[in-house]
Amino acid sequence: MLGTPPRTQALSRNSNGLEQFFSSIRGRSALSILDLAGASQSNITFITTLGHRLYSDDVLHTLTGAFGSGKDFLTRQSEGERAEFFLKQSLDFPDDTFDGALVWDTLQFLASPLLQLTVDRLHRILRPGAYLLSFFSADEKAREIAVISYRIQNSMTLQLAPRGETRPAQFFNNRAIERLFQNFSSVKFFLTRDNQREVIVRR
Amino acid sequence: MWNKRKEEEYPVRPAASAVPSAAANPVIQKESIPMSASPMRHPEADFRSAAVIGKSVMIKGQIVSREDLTIDGEVEGTVELQEHRLTIGPHGKVRADIKAREIVVLGNLYGNVDVADKIEIRKDAKLVGDIKTARIVIEDGAYFKGTTDIVRPEPKPAASAPKPAAVQAVPAMASAGSGNATPAAEVKR
Repeated sequence: MLGTPPRTQALSRNSNGLEQFFSSIRGRSALSILDLAGASQSNITFITTLGHRLYSDDVLHTLTGAFGSGKDFLTRQSEGERAEFFLKQSLDFPDDTFDGALVWDTLQFLASPLLQLTVDRLHRILRPGAYLLSFFSADEKAREIAVISYRIQNSMTLQLAPRGETRPAQFFNNRAIERLFQNFSSVKFFLTRDNQREVIVRR
Repeated sequence: MWNKRKEEEYPVRPAASAVPSAAANPVIQKESIPMSASPMRHPEADFRSAAVIGKSVMIKGQIVSREDLTIDGEVEGTVELQEHRLTIGPHGKVRADIKAREIVVLGNLYGNVDVADKIEIRKDAKLVGDIKTARIVIEDGAYFKGTTDIVRPEPKPAASAPKPAAVQAVPAMASAGSGNATPAAEVKR
């Protein structure tokens, strides 16, 4: 899936979405947090130091395992058996398991109908009132977008480490994102300088 | 609390328990090449008098070790080294729940681990399972899927600490604003 090698070095930037996410759980401990960007030392250290339990998974790795990495990557996502395999591998948890989810930019690599199935599954495994943080490219002309590892530096700063580029499944404007999260109780957007929409969603 | 899942590529293989119980496989099966106690040449590992399961050895069952152990072969079952260090070498394929003081993973590990001190997941290593540990080090390029639960070790009580000193310390903690301090009046009375 990671078509071409990374173009740039890691960079750090502020993240309003991340700040909102950690504000929502401030003062609480022993929460269960889901991180779908792949395990990294910085994310594990930061979240466990706050006293929470972290479940780490690299969803892009699971996507490649389920749908391959060739040009059929997106068309294969409509194959029911493969889609079911992907959901079972990546989001097979009991209802109301997590108190927060760091989904990062993974949703923009999912094509319909798998995209909606994945969001519905996230809705199910989050507890009521839990927050979900997701990123989408705001560059609608981009043919390829960077695949990034998101590393938490502190509660409002992220390090973005590019690990390749690939074609997004679709472009998401604000309306498309609101439709995607229509079952959640609220959706809030932040536009970043590097042309990303940060979306914080409340279950 | 998490579901145990096999981390496999599509297509799905027939479902099987990721970590077979030791009771179900009580017999230790060894292949023709026995367990070696001689040091293995690998730059990453620290082989200070460690037992070594070589890369052509396969074991099913329960392993209990009272010395450091390196697994570079295949192991299924349970592994217990309460006070010692386990190294899973780059060729190691382990499907087991593990208890150890310290674990270094360079190969593949499927199973839950309970580590008293520290776990290191090195570059190119793969770990699928839940981790309970005091400290964790994960290198870039490592693959980990599962829960990290940091368990802070309980401080050992000082055996020779004089009792009067402990009582005197209580008002000092309270005056420093510690929310956990026992009310000083109760202790004195």
